[in-house]
Amino acid sequence: MAKPKVALYWAASCGGCDIGLLEIGENLLKLIDAVDIVFWPVAMDVKYKDVEAMEDGSIDVCLFNGSIRSSEQEHIAKLLRAKSKVMIAYGACAYQGGIPGLANMYNREMLMERAYLETPSTENPDKVLPQTSYQAPEGELTLPLLFDTVKTLAQTVKVEYIIPGCPPEAETTWMALEALINGNMPPVGTVITDSVKSVCDECPRKRDVKKIKKFHRTYEIIPDPEICLLEQGLPCAGIATKGGCGARCPKAGMPCTGCYGPVDGVIDQGAHFMNAIASVIDSNDPEEIAKIIADIRDPAGTFYRYSLPDSVLRRARV
Amino acid sequence: MSFEPTILGILCNWCSYSGADLAGTSRKKYPANIRIIRVMCSGRVDPVFILKALQSGADGVLVLGCHPGDCHYTSGNYKAMRRMEMLKKLAEQMGIEDDRIRLDWVAASEGDRFAEIIKDMTEKVKKLGPFPRDGGDNG
Repeated sequence: MAKPKVALYWAASCGGCDIGLLEIGENLLKLIDAVDIVFWPVAMDVKYKDVEAMEDGSIDVCLFNGSIRSSEQEHIAKLLRAKSKVMIAYGACAYQGGIPGLANMYNREMLMERAYLETPSTENPDKVLPQTSYQAPEGELTLPLLFDTVKTLAQTVKVEYIIPGCPPEAETTWMALEALINGNMPPVGTVITDSVKSVCDECPRKRDVKKIKKFHRTYEIIPDPEICLLEQGLPCAGIATKGGCGARCPKAGMPCTGCYGPVDGVIDQGAHFMNAIASVIDSNDPEEIAKIIADIRDPAGTFYRYSLPDSVLRRARV
Repeated sequence: MSFEPTILGILCNWCSYSGADLAGTSRKKYPANIRIIRVMCSGRVDPVFILKALQSGADGVLVLGCHPGDCHYTSGNYKAMRRMEMLKKLAEQMGIEDDRIRLDWVAASEGDRFAEIIKDMTEKVKKLGPFPRDGGDNG
């Protein structure tokens, strides 16, 4: 039997997902024995036209990382979708928009102005902004169009499976790849992690009563190593985040930021997290409540760190 | 034709829904823009209900509960108070105008107050215009 063909692609992402894949270590050799990698821009020299020349459905599995925020990324997502039998959203960006998804707090115009005109290190007296097309003496030069709104992979093409994480932990990645190699993939639509519960279920910290009088930012306190971080006033997303990562961040004294996505049955991870955080505020006095909440400086960035494009609102109204 | 907003009212069973009922039986006049859903307590209202309502067709969302201290379940309305305060801060960042989301208190005997709140909120949301459901996305 021919080896399954696998494609890997990165769209709007930092490259961490490709590193995440390498994290599987020696298992990488097992993977290479079991499958043929036909397309992987970060590691192999394959051109888009080589993919275009492939027959539809000829790739068995595509591991796609990164969100969709340009016409090029959208084109390749659609192309790889047509060529692949199974499409997997790999990592937080493909799954929920990820960190690039926070661009949905702004629009294209605001982003362009910030990046090409306002930043202190930029000198651009002629106010030149990137154009999708430029007529040079030698011919036309083109660039992809930057979208106004960052989209998830599933908002762009049909997706069969999700591997969460920023980046996915090696155990999670290998769990999915092993299932793929052995041909026992779970039902379509599954978010592949080895936990059905929240990060708190994997967290060894001691939990008692959650009553918060003051929220802190991570740099403001050195947390007690034994006690639940939320109880110490750090907004920890463990309560609203699917497990499978082994609670690595809380174990190391950093609050969970929510990269594994929502727990089952939740449509909006950020609102769920916000709801939980608001509920533990220990005050019945409107003024005191407002004062406690004022310590959460950036609610959108705190609650929707990885999930803004996948949220109910999808973007800010600007 | 002038814009007629759709306002979702989420009312607690014990005080506010009875207050709305009293407004009806006392034949108080108030705008027909409100659509009411009854919940057992304002503490049941998850912020996602409000976001989803806006995204699904509401131009404003009004949550009404028992006055502080009067909650049938002792503290549900205080929970609502904390959640709405947090939601309003998030809404401001997300470009949702303050007048689109409102938490207020109506007791079972306050039919007049209920009618006044509906009138006031309808006028304010009318001025704001429809909620931009697509978020101004232009590709």
